[in-house]
Order: sequence, then C-alpha cells, then structure tokens
Amino acid sequence: MAEEHYPEDLKYHPEHDWARVEGDAATLGITWFAQDALGEIVFFEPPAVGTQLIKDSAYAEVESVKAVSEVIAPLSGEVIEANGALGDAPETINDDPYGEGWMVKIKLADPGEADGLLDVTAYRQHLEEGV
Amino acid sequence: MNPDAQKVTGAHVTETPMQAERATTIFEKSHPGRRAAALPALDVPDRDVSELLPAGAARARGPRMPEIAEPEIVRHYNRLSRRNFDLDSGFYPLGSCTMKHNPKLHERAAALPGFSRLHPLQPAERAQGALELMWNLERSLSEICGLPHVCLQPSAGSHGELSGLLLTKAYHEDRGEHRTKVLAPDTSHGTNPASVTMAGYETVKVATNERGGVDIDDLRAKADDSVACLMLTNPNTLGLFDENIEEIASIMHGVGATLYYDGANLNAVMGVSRPGDMGFDIVHVNLHKSFTQPHGGGGPGSGPIAVSDRIAPYLPVPRIAQKDGRFELNTDEPKSIGRMRGFQGNFGVFVRSYAYICSLGAEGLKAASETAVLNANYMLAKGREGRVGKYLPVEFDRTCKHEYVLSAAPAKKELNVKALDIAKRLLDFGYHPPTIYFPLLVDEAMMIEPTETETVETLDGFIEALDKILEEAERDPEFVQNAPYTTPVRRLDEAAAARNPVVTQDLDALA
Repeated sequence: MAEEHYPEDLKYHPEHDWARVEGDAATLGITWFAQDALGEIVFFEPPAVGTQLIKDSAYAEVESVKAVSEVIAPLSGEVIEANGALGDAPETINDDPYGEGWMVKIKLADPGEADGLLDVTAYRQHLEEGV
Repeated sequence: MNPDAQKVTGAHVTETPMQAERATTIFEKSHPGRRAAALPALDVPDRDVSELLPAGAARARGPRMPEIAEPEIVRHYNRLSRRNFDLDSGFYPLGSCTMKHNPKLHERAAALPGFSRLHPLQPAERAQGALELMWNLERSLSEICGLPHVCLQPSAGSHGELSGLLLTKAYHEDRGEHRTKVLAPDTSHGTNPASVTMAGYETVKVATNERGGVDIDDLRAKADDSVACLMLTNPNTLGLFDENIEEIASIMHGVGATLYYDGANLNAVMGVSRPGDMGFDIVHVNLHKSFTQPHGGGGPGSGPIAVSDRIAPYLPVPRIAQKDGRFELNTDEPKSIGRMRGFQGNFGVFVRSYAYICSLGAEGLKAASETAVLNANYMLAKGREGRVGKYLPVEFDRTCKHEYVLSAAPAKKELNVKALDIAKRLLDFGYHPPTIYFPLLVDEAMMIEPTETETVETLDGFIEALDKILEEAERDPEFVQNAPYTTPVRRLDEAAAARNPVVTQDLDALA
C-alpha cells in the first residue's frame, strides 16, 4: 500500500475523491484516505464510455474486503475514457491512488464547477476535522 | 481464557498440530469400491435410464461421488467441525446475528417422526398437525409483531425483505400508483438496498442524526409521492431505539408510502414494543435469530412476514386457512404476488421456533429481550473504563438496546492495530469476534451483541480479553497484527480469496 499523501495539483471533493483538471477534461479517482479506509480493494467496475456523470452523485462502486462503497463524482461530465486495467488489478487503487489507480477521464460539462472543489490545504483540514 | 492464548508470547510461535495438518476434501479420501452402506436387493423391475427419462435429460456420465466407508465419513466431518467455531464451543457476540443458545429441547421436538418424516408433498388432510403448528406459529408472530396477518414462506431475512417489497409494489400498483424509490437509513443492513434493487426500486439513503437516529429533516426532504416505502430497523444497527418513530411513521404515511420493519433486531423488543403499534405495515421476523436456530454458516433460516390489513390481499400463496376445525392450504387469492418458494417454507425451523415460543411463553419472551438489553448495557458500561474505554470508545453513547457499536479508530491511530487485528486476536482467547466494519457509518466499527443466554462471567471475560489485547498492542503492536496464533488456520488473505477464489476441485487430477 502507498504512503499517505495528497498531491498539490489536484482538486478534492469532501467525499474523498480527487480530480486532475486539464483544460476542459479531468481525470478522477479516490484519495489515499479513501483507499485506506476501504482496505484492500477486490473489485472495481468503471462506467462505460459515454456515461454522464453528475457532480456529487455516485458513478461507480468499489468493493473492498470490508464493504461495497459508492464512488462520488467530484465534477459533472461525460466519460471519455475508463481505466479498464482496474478490472483485473483493482489493488492498483491501493498501490497508486493518484497514478495508475485513476478511474475515469471525463469531458467537463461545466469547467467552472472545479472552482467549488477543495484545494489540498482545505482537504487536509477536512480530514483533520475527522469527517 | 483459552490456555493456548497465554502460551503464545512474543516471537516464539509454534505451529499447532491442526495448523500442520493439510485440510483435505472428502474426494481426496475416496477409494474405488469403498462403501458406507449395503443396499438391499432390488425389488422392483430393473429398467434402463433411457426408458425413464426423455432423451437429452440423462447425464452423459454418472456423477462423481466420493467412495468412502462410514468410519472415515464420520471422522472427516468430525474433523471439519473441530476446525469450526460454533456457539456450543464459545461466546459468539456477532452483532446483528443474535447468536443465542439453541435449547436442546427444540431438537427433540423437531426430531419427532410426525415432523421430521413428513413429506413436503403430503396432502393437507394428512398433515393436519404440521399445519396446526404453522397456524399457531403464525398467530404467535402476529401477536409479537402487532400485525394481524402472517406468511411463513420466506426462507431468510433478505427473502422476507424481497417479499415485503414485492407486496409494497403490488399494493401501490393495485391503487394505480407507480412509485420508484425506497428510503433506507445510511445505517441499514446491506441486504436492504440489495432487496430494493431486486424488487426494481431505487434506494435513497436517509442521513443519521447526532443521536444515532433518523435525521427527520432529511427524511422530510426526501419523502414525497415517488417514495414507495421506508425500510427501517428499530432499534437500528447502532443498537439504538429511534424515539421519533411515531413522527417518522406519520411522515411516511402522509405521502402514502408503506413502512417496512427489518426484524433483524427484534430480540431487543419482544413483548416490550410492537412494530405494528409503531405504525409499520410489513415486518419480517428472523426466526433463526430471535427465535433460536443453529444458523451459523448460512442456514437454515426463516424469514416470515407479518403485515397490516391493507397489505394482506397480496400475501404469497398458499395461505393456511382454518375451516371447521380443519386446516387447509388456500391458493384462491387473486391479488396474491404468488409463491416466494417451493412448498411451505423451512418447516424444521418452524418447529424449533414454536417450541421456543411455547416453552418461554409471553412473559419469558419479554424477559429474554430485557436480559439481552441488560447484558449489552452491562458490557457497554464495563467497557467504558480502562483501555477499552480509551481505545475502543462507544460511538453514540446512549443506553443501548441488545447491541452496541464501538469504534477502534483510536486503537488504529494510537496503537496501530485495527478492528480486524483485535477481532483476529480474540479468536486466540476462545471468543468469536464481534461484527466488524459495520455499520459503515462508524469508523473501524466493532458491533457487539451478547444476547440473553450468556453468564456475567462470560461477559466479564470478553471485556477482560479486549483489555488484555490492547495491553499487548501497547507493548508490541506487531504481535496483535499477526494474530491469530492458535486457530486451525492463521491469518487468511481475504483480498486474495475475493480476487482469486478457488471454488472447484479437479477430480481427474486426484485419480
């Protein structure tokens, strides 16, 4: 499992999801905190390309040895690429949550939405408040 | 305490004989020509399979059965049973599962030939005793739930949930209403949203308030005429009784929805409060939990449902009817959702549960619930101090009902041992661990349900074991992280088991 870390260049959602915004597209995944809370991940099925994600709503499920949990979309948009490699190796989400463990890439419906997400300082504070 | 738990100290860990033994399947013990039974000579005409079965229905090759003599069969299964942990071996405080003692008297009743040798296709007129028992059990459950109609058919709690949701659907559709959502609290049993999905509804989660109950404002915001039903457990999975239940019922009935009571936690309230009186329309009862039944490892279960008058027309058939002192199976219910399973349900479970209800009586059932609640509160109070209180605090600190939920988050943070590690180490002390990582609302949850059938010495012993484990973790966290040491198998790789399950055996490779 990876060491606890939160990259500075990402935007964070309070439900422990991250977004790497690049122009009018974004890559999404779950944070180190989320994968640590879930424990060893045993199953992940990404949504199909073309699926419409709605900010704050669930777009996929992730199953660990403890439980099945919903993955919340930090931003709205259409899935343009999904990380199919996670189907065979869901543990990648534990090993490399911000790199190879990415979940989907989306074309943003409203790039302005990203301004409402947390930066790394605010997300760390959110974690310290124990949510 | 299990003396083996004390023998294990520090890094000196020896393999036990059972750990050294390679577990084998019965197929690996098979030897051609060995038999466990001598069959009598054939006394009917010997006919070829092709005469009896239509072409295509017969197997191309006979089934591969293990060939093994009776003493070896007995030893094989006896060995397996010794590798298992069961309620007859030790304390089993598995939250939400109500692992209470199963009185041996019930086995005597279930073994009576009139019950045990009854064929499921026996015509009703020749199974009057069995039908009378089912009728009486229906009446007893009706009284306990405070709802007039009961159907014994569902085979488990989750099956009762599915039945209840299909009843809800039939009720709304009969009124010409098409509703799409079912509300369930974020503390609900995992089977609730699963049953909702199977019934073709969408689950909408309702938040929990700071007292551990339903967040009324959130419920009010989500309750509208698209909601078919609210599924609720009361007391809930935190072991807390929701004081706002009447208001909750009134909100749901106000929007025309039904109220479903998940009876998994009925052991807290038998003879004290009744779901029907709280305003629920449909209740499932886990006979195998609240009304005794050896039910570890997957069954047999039984999840009868009790319903209000407005739901009754849709109940599964056949219904047991009483007419002129005789019992019959009535299938003439035009609005019924139909059968939920073959035959009449898990009859053996009915006999045991009815024996339980009769031997305890109304006062006894009430005393059972009161003692279950007392035992849980005794453990909660005892664990409030010392290391248990420090590292495993109770999440919602209120008087609980029959179970309560601790959080091992401080143990994880300060001692670097998780709920899972503590659970594994408890096995070395001869205790089955509590339910862990549920409900999801509580970080590093440990859900403890002692039941009413445990002595105060056992309850004390369990809390002392937790204290001892935390003391070990203070000294040497790695020792607890590597537990268990004395069980038939050591720590299992749960992730590998889920990712790459091996569930078949190549019989040709054994030959």
